[in-house]
Amino acid sequence: MKNTIKKAICLALLVLFVLGSFSLSGCNSKETLYILNWGDYIDPDVIAKFEAEYGVKVHYDTMANNEEMLIKLESSTNIYDLCFPSDYIIEKLIKSDLLREINKDNIPNIKNIDEQFLDLSFDPGNKYSVPYMWGTLGILYNTTMVDEPVDSWGVLFDEKYEGQIYMYDSMRDSIGVALKYLGYSLNTRNEAEVAEARDLLIQQRSIVKAYLGDTIKDAMIGGEGALAVVYSGDAVWCVDPEEGNPDLAYVVPNEGSNLWFDNAIIPKTSKNPELAEKFINFLNDPEIAMQNSQYLGYSTPNKAALALMDESWLENEIYNPPQEVIDRCEIFHDLGEFTAVFSEAWDEIIY
Amino acid sequence: MKRSVFATPYIVWMIMFIVIPMLFILYSAFIKDGQFTLEYVRQAMESPKYMNVLLRSIVIALISTALCLLIGYPVAYILSNMKKSTAAILSMFFILPMWMNFLLRTYAWQVVLADNGVLNMLLTSLGFPKGEFMYTQGAVLLVTVYNFLPFMILPIYTVLSKIDRSHIEAAHDLGANSIKTFFKVVLPLSVPGIISGITMVFIPAITTFAISRLIGGKNVALYGDLIEEKIVSSGSLGLGSVLSIILLVLVIISIFVMHRMEVEQGNEEGGTLW
Repeated sequence: MKNTIKKAICLALLVLFVLGSFSLSGCNSKETLYILNWGDYIDPDVIAKFEAEYGVKVHYDTMANNEEMLIKLESSTNIYDLCFPSDYIIEKLIKSDLLREINKDNIPNIKNIDEQFLDLSFDPGNKYSVPYMWGTLGILYNTTMVDEPVDSWGVLFDEKYEGQIYMYDSMRDSIGVALKYLGYSLNTRNEAEVAEARDLLIQQRSIVKAYLGDTIKDAMIGGEGALAVVYSGDAVWCVDPEEGNPDLAYVVPNEGSNLWFDNAIIPKTSKNPELAEKFINFLNDPEIAMQNSQYLGYSTPNKAALALMDESWLENEIYNPPQEVIDRCEIFHDLGEFTAVFSEAWDEIIY
Repeated sequence: MKRSVFATPYIVWMIMFIVIPMLFILYSAFIKDGQFTLEYVRQAMESPKYMNVLLRSIVIALISTALCLLIGYPVAYILSNMKKSTAAILSMFFILPMWMNFLLRTYAWQVVLADNGVLNMLLTSLGFPKGEFMYTQGAVLLVTVYNFLPFMILPIYTVLSKIDRSHIEAAHDLGANSIKTFFKVVLPLSVPGIISGITMVFIPAITTFAISRLIGGKNVALYGDLIEEKIVSSGSLGLGSVLSIILLVLVIISIFVMHRMEVEQGNEEGGTLW
């Protein structure tokens, strides 16, 4: 008797649990688009406009770095329809056969994208990805604390600035800074070069204030550091006299840096690829692309959007870097098995 | 119908959210491609770095527990000697911040400790030089102690306020002065509260990763940070699982030791809050 009651209660609970989860998902009959993106990487108003125009719901999740996105996409349980990873991650996702070919017939606005951002080495012919934002990695510095002209990564290793330097809490970016300073490629597969970069960064730890993520922006705007490694898009708003701090300046060092592209991709597991394509098309509408790009400060690959912008944006060298800056930058590539060497070096640096 | 039936929801809950996840951890720690492996254990043991991080976590957790005890015991003692109504109002002040999310309170400390933050503004306005507080070990300790102090005060206060006054009166009658009474009577009687407090502070302190992340800026990376990084960013679920198991074993050992100490104190029933 006791056992049957127990079983009955278990069953009742199970039924409740299952029904509960159904009713939660069942109560909205609208189509839902599941997006995974970086934090702070889309104008919320753009999502609202899309929801209103297409009568759908957007479920928006964020992550802190590329590696996290890769892991989420590799897990078989992921439910995302649309993500915005960087170049080398896209390269890896294509290799692992995790991406869905994009049907360009559904994205007529792709014609607005500047050709120099199409057909790049990580996705020849843009079979799997459509450009979203692009930019550089550089040094954001406070001109009231740094007197000398900043044009080299070397300034980040200068003991004069002890306790005033912020590094970016991202493996490829931070090791990349050291590699570039030493004159090596960002995509080196030479263990000795990585070891040299590692030792340089370990030595540098005593003068680094902290390894941070997005919070670097606030710290620098608040005047709490002299030098920081940031992405160009963040720098655009940091140096803005009204929104940021007018004492700040951004430079892409002479040794070269990382030129990166974040593209929209549709995972193979997506249950609603057509809706994802609609969203990509919507993002590439000139007005929307301009609004989104100006809200974020990140550069748009959309030339129709650029054509709508006023001079101040086009003359902003952080937002719209001159060709010579682009020429000295390098794009990340997937390192395959060699990533483990980077991870080990990163462990040594951080822990 | 036996009353144990009412425990069924709890048992189902335990199985779904504690036992099954634990099995998942064990599985990913020791199984690779369907085969038993010790590779992740080797990885976890091989690197002296990981052991250093574990040591750092233990040291920080021990120091914060000691600080909590040093600050918390006198507070609990003073509270327990107050009028019940006054003590109730005062202890509200310790409980009140706990109504707010722990992460929010930690973020608030960022504002207080920043270079141009509240604390430095206060210091400079009083004519002191500015200090650097954020991203230091001291700051991580401070915020850990701040967050977990109530968990030390409350169990000790509960035990102290339950001590039979007649014990203390008897000690005085037999000629013991206040200091002697405290060390011979009050302190031994409050040991269950102390042990309970230590457990409640030490375990969350040794497993924390949010505080070191937000306040330490990777300068004070703890074992929790390491596990989080291995699973979330490096995708080494196996290594992350082994590291979690190491931490779990450590926690179980410390609970066991604490329990033994309590049993030796003659309190067979176990801690006040356990």
